[in-house]
Amino acid sequence: MNSAVPQVAAEAFGVYQALYIVAAACFILALKWMSSPVTARRGVLTAELGMLLAVVSTMMRHEVVTYQWIIGGLLLGAAIGVPLAMLMPMTHVPQRTAISQACGALASALIGTAEYYRTFPTGFTMAALMVETLLGFLTVTASCMAFGKLNEMLPSRPITFKGQTFFNLGVLAAALAVGIAIVMDPHNTMLFPVFVLLALIFGVLLIIPLGGADMPTVIALLNSYAGLSACAMGFALDNKLLIISGALDGSSGFILSIIMCKAMNRSFTNVLFGGFGQVQTSAAAGEQKPIRSATAEEAAQILASSSSVVIIPGYGMAVAQAQHKIRELSDSLTKKGVEVKFAIHPVAGRMPGHMNVLLAEADVPYDKLIEMDDINGEFGMTDVALIVGANDIVNPAAINDPASPIAGMPILDAYKARTVMVIKRGMSPGFAGIDNELYYMDKTLMLFGDAKSFVTELVKEVAAA
Amino acid sequence: MNYEFGLYVFMLAAFVGFEMIRKVSPLLHTPLMSLTNAIASISVVGAILISGAGDSPTLSRVLGFIAVVSATTNLVSGYLITDRMLKMFKKREPAQK
Repeated sequence: MNSAVPQVAAEAFGVYQALYIVAAACFILALKWMSSPVTARRGVLTAELGMLLAVVSTMMRHEVVTYQWIIGGLLLGAAIGVPLAMLMPMTHVPQRTAISQACGALASALIGTAEYYRTFPTGFTMAALMVETLLGFLTVTASCMAFGKLNEMLPSRPITFKGQTFFNLGVLAAALAVGIAIVMDPHNTMLFPVFVLLALIFGVLLIIPLGGADMPTVIALLNSYAGLSACAMGFALDNKLLIISGALDGSSGFILSIIMCKAMNRSFTNVLFGGFGQVQTSAAAGEQKPIRSATAEEAAQILASSSSVVIIPGYGMAVAQAQHKIRELSDSLTKKGVEVKFAIHPVAGRMPGHMNVLLAEADVPYDKLIEMDDINGEFGMTDVALIVGANDIVNPAAINDPASPIAGMPILDAYKARTVMVIKRGMSPGFAGIDNELYYMDKTLMLFGDAKSFVTELVKEVAAA
Repeated sequence: MNYEFGLYVFMLAAFVGFEMIRKVSPLLHTPLMSLTNAIASISVVGAILISGAGDSPTLSRVLGFIAVVSATTNLVSGYLITDRMLKMFKKREPAQK
């Protein structure tokens, strides 16, 4: 096969090669158009066109001789994919992304496996195949674990044990050693299942020490792995379109996870090998400090008589599905002449941009959603900062307390607002397990209750005020 | 030689990816992720080649078929939900009722 490939490429630069180039161009344009909400839908359309070209032109290749499996697979996949996309509530977007990633990674892992048993390649092709299979299988189990944690089927707290990093690296090293042994001797088929098993186990181990707050980074990173796996497949099958698309996905996932890491002021290795897990015990102990709580009526009066309000949503808003009610609150305050804005922290929620999607779903115009760096200067002039289901991203300990586990993490400066209101179920600490001194400030009003029902009451009271 | 060429393609595409993604506003990070996730389902190309090849043994064909199904699931749901999300991003509505 190896010797045949260059010949074919040289003698016939056929229709499918040309269409592959067009498809690759489509993907690049699609990413370019994703940079603005105005052109983004055009971007999706272009990417769809690229994918259609890729699929159709692949079916035209002379290597493809039987179609019943392909057509059946495409139909079945579409039958699963359509309801998965259309019926999924927007609050479950992180979970859907995790499942989708698991599917994509499973595909490339299985293709690697199938190609191995079909051709027993050697040298570079075999090495590429092993990279593809390793990344593929570990992403499958890691995405499933991430799904379980996001869906709260598994405990979303980090689980750590002594020597965990050492153990995890040991499993990875074993997988790599077995992989190298297979590359040296591809016909040693006994080793291949061992390799697959080690990759699957490593995927599980990778997610165990991570907590809910790490999810935005992890989802982005797994996205990157799935892309790199497709890219390695491109090398194994000598297919440039796969290399390009895989590299685009790989680099985008990677850069997003770096952005997420920066937004938490944590290093990559720190996220991957668990950092927040150990802190919980030390933070839990502490004397009872006085807090001020308020009823919906009192809070509504303050809100209605203020001139500027900044709403800070967090994961709690997603859990309570409070985004629609918050939009109503924002509307009725706007009607009373109050200027309302939303402050979005980069790691609020469980995946990059999670809050933006939820608020967009609730018809909040996107020019009201302000990024952290742009809004932080305005908190000093803000009458009320209303925090809904967020905790660590507004914790001043990140600035004031160098010993805090979140020290140095950029936060939204809600504490600078004239009044701070916090809608919260109870006094339990956030995912990082750190107490929040914001709650004990004199100007802070704690509004205890479920975010959705409390905001509903606020809307009613504001309308009456 | 062919591999060297492939590595160049990889390097250039990775740089293009980095530069493009850096410009995307955080507003769109979630749809961006589902779009790139959908683009990664380009592995469907490999799946088609495996399950359509004349000389595939049964094991490879079955694996190829599962791969077509899962890649298509990723592809279809990825594109549809990205579009569903983007439809919701609106600028301020012209007039309030």
